[in-house]
Amino acid sequence: MDTITFTIDNKKVQGERGQTVLEVALKNGINIPYLCYHPRISKTGACRICLVRINGTMLKASCVEPIVEGMNVVTEDEEIIKIRKFILELLLSDGDHNCLYCEANGECEFQALIQRYNIQEVKPSPTRIPKKIDYESSNALRRNENRCILCGRCVKACREIQVSNVWSFAERGSETHLVADDDKRIGESSCVKCGTCAQLCPTGALTFQTVIGRGANWELKRETSICIYCGVGCKIDFYKNKDNILVKAIGNYTGPNNGHLCVKGRFGFDFVHSEKRLKKPLIKKNGVFEEAEWDEALDLVAKKLTEIKEKYGPDSIAGLSSAKCTNEENYLMQKFIRSIIGTNNIDHCARL
Amino acid sequence: MTNSIREIPQSAGFLIIGSNTTENHPVIGSMIKNEVINNGKKLIVVDPRRIELSRYADYYFQIKPGTNIAILNGFMHVLITEGIYDKEYVNTRCEGFEQMAKVLEKYTPEYVADICGIDNPQDIVAAAKLMASLKPMALYYSMGITQFVSGVNGVKSTANLQMLLGNVGVPGGGVNPLRGQNNVQGACDMGALPNVYTAYQPVSSEENKAKFEAAWGVTNLSTKPGFTILEMFNNAIAGNIKAIYAMGENPVMSDPNQHHVIEALKSLEFFVVQDIFLTETAQFAHVVLPARSFLEKEGTVTNTERRVQLMHKVLPPVGEAKEDWWIVQEVARRMGATWDYKKAEDIFEEIRKVTPSYAGITYEKADNSIIQWPCPSYDHPGTQFLHKDKFSRGLGLFTPIEYTPPAEETDFEYPMILTTGRILDHFHTGTMTRKSKVLDENVHEGFIEINPNDAHNYNIENGEVISVSTRRGSIRIKAMVTDKIKPNTVFIPFHFFEACANVLTNDAIDPACKIPEYKVCACRIEKIEA
Repeated sequence: MDTITFTIDNKKVQGERGQTVLEVALKNGINIPYLCYHPRISKTGACRICLVRINGTMLKASCVEPIVEGMNVVTEDEEIIKIRKFILELLLSDGDHNCLYCEANGECEFQALIQRYNIQEVKPSPTRIPKKIDYESSNALRRNENRCILCGRCVKACREIQVSNVWSFAERGSETHLVADDDKRIGESSCVKCGTCAQLCPTGALTFQTVIGRGANWELKRETSICIYCGVGCKIDFYKNKDNILVKAIGNYTGPNNGHLCVKGRFGFDFVHSEKRLKKPLIKKNGVFEEAEWDEALDLVAKKLTEIKEKYGPDSIAGLSSAKCTNEENYLMQKFIRSIIGTNNIDHCARL
Repeated sequence: MTNSIREIPQSAGFLIIGSNTTENHPVIGSMIKNEVINNGKKLIVVDPRRIELSRYADYYFQIKPGTNIAILNGFMHVLITEGIYDKEYVNTRCEGFEQMAKVLEKYTPEYVADICGIDNPQDIVAAAKLMASLKPMALYYSMGITQFVSGVNGVKSTANLQMLLGNVGVPGGGVNPLRGQNNVQGACDMGALPNVYTAYQPVSSEENKAKFEAAWGVTNLSTKPGFTILEMFNNAIAGNIKAIYAMGENPVMSDPNQHHVIEALKSLEFFVVQDIFLTETAQFAHVVLPARSFLEKEGTVTNTERRVQLMHKVLPPVGEAKEDWWIVQEVARRMGATWDYKKAEDIFEEIRKVTPSYAGITYEKADNSIIQWPCPSYDHPGTQFLHKDKFSRGLGLFTPIEYTPPAEETDFEYPMILTTGRILDHFHTGTMTRKSKVLDENVHEGFIEINPNDAHNYNIENGEVISVSTRRGSIRIKAMVTDKIKPNTVFIPFHFFEACANVLTNDAIDPACKIPEYKVCACRIEKIEA
């Protein structure tokens, strides 16, 4: 690998040939703002928010600008601030951005930049046309194109990560808008509901149905775990609200899934809140299950297994472990069957 | 998997056989799609169903269920007769080539096409030539290779092919089984199998018995391998198994020949089930113990690429539900054990001591880095792909394998082939996904895929409820008329208890590994006359 040394805001930094100015800046904790860029998709260079000054003269979009030995990058000066404000005002005037009604409020990347650059209310653009709202057609995703800034992340998420090619842009100029397939509603399109487009959306244009009525974004707590379903082992950031109800699942970029999830990993966890969850031990008496205390149930299990072991020998008992349990639990189950019962009758659903 | 998920971009092409990847391992399916559609990589798909990946394939073979070995042998026959296999690799890293080549002689493209139901034998030749040009090609398979009475031989055939192509032990290559449960790899690694302790150390070895007796402070370990699941049920009916303790399993739904499983459970003197729901299986229990879901506990799981990852506690427990390890420990203590594990990590530290491949893995590493077994010591980085430079056994062994037909072939009474599997929106026995709002709304009920030709012959309309029978049972189920499925073949997903595929499936098993033949049995479909 070729190492390249250059300066950003008078700070000496290093990167590898082929990296862009933005990538190296972010790695070094230098906070260049951006909207259309996302590390998981190919680079667009469209929004121009990330522009920086190179060698005191040129203004370039840092997300697509390759690093060069000895280059001198300035990430913000008066003119850059002025341009960024102008772009943000244009984007703002071309949409309907009312955070009060928006599911993304508090985690919206566009909102954060509006605040960072102290943009005040702007007049709607004369060419602005109301765009589509589709809150009903899909049980998984919500779409309000009035909040869309045409960054194209969703199009690329669907083309490069999920590879279903549902999203694309139609029309030109101020009429440019998103279409699903040949301009269908989401629920009627070929969307498989992986939700990656909504995960990458920097505004509230594409959001999850599951977040509605479950609390404001700043009230949510995040914890990381591993998906319960197939063997890919996707790492997921789970968000829960104050009442410990799951609100959304976001693909973690350090797991084997590299940020991606499928429909099960995105929307398949509300079973944990099901009314049908078992809450107390049950003992069958006269053919009917009755709730019992833990001690009573555990004593009964131990007594019956001991009796059967003494009467028929250890090989008359078998244990079924589970591919849905942890390594620790599987280890303990086989240790129990082998060392406490004294048989190798232990198996699980590996073949099923 | 011999190789790693993150190597997918390094593959020049893919052979997908017996895996509906985009529905059953969708995240890996999308990574493969990205390489094929966006980066021009080559793709060969072998599957009885016209799965999504078949649409992007350079060659797609819609084979008769149960004929994997024949087509794999056919590819290898071409590689050898054309002299385009990796000769240097075969000569320096493998053994047994001559014996295998002799068996492969008769698997000409014409012979194979006839067995598999392929129209054009020359496609086999062309696909084999394409494979030889892909350096490296990765082979991915799933239960569509294994769930046959010839499952073990199917797996060996995939290894034969990849060794012949020189694709084992190289990044971006490999023999890559996609495992169907989030911790099926870990459950196997932990010795939740009747013949091995952790890390596949055989129970029949006196040395291992002594090792584990010392580690566990006991003197009673048995060197006699135990029963597999299906053998447990057979022996329950025969009166040899009197009690079963089941942790988080639902065999009434997941095991073949449901009537037989229920008969076995009813014949037990004592049956304990530990689960998060009162499953179809738990209904037959004498005692049911409430367990915490995966979001309510901590612990490690091992994915299909041998990567060990840490699960964190996301939610508080529901009611009085307890961690599975806590429950097992409480039962064990009441039966004389002196165990005193306070948290899951205490158990993991013990696992490290008795499991060579996990010895170097810690909670900290599992949480913050990519760590794949084997990882024999703390300073070991883990193993991205297996068999680098040499095979675990030294030389890679070619195994001569003959195609053998499935246990149950079609006949006059049961003229169609039934195959089973999963679909995108549901998982296994449906215990979790059918209680998830979005997934349940997406697909609410079971169905049977029928080819339009067959639908026409039987006068069946799309959406009509029909009857499906095998020698083991009969169900009613809604017809989905689609050319995704081959003529004379039907497919049923097994997630739905009210139209339960495993009432029908055959419990014939592979003699070596005891896997049941879910993927093929003979069936009959009938219109239900009003």
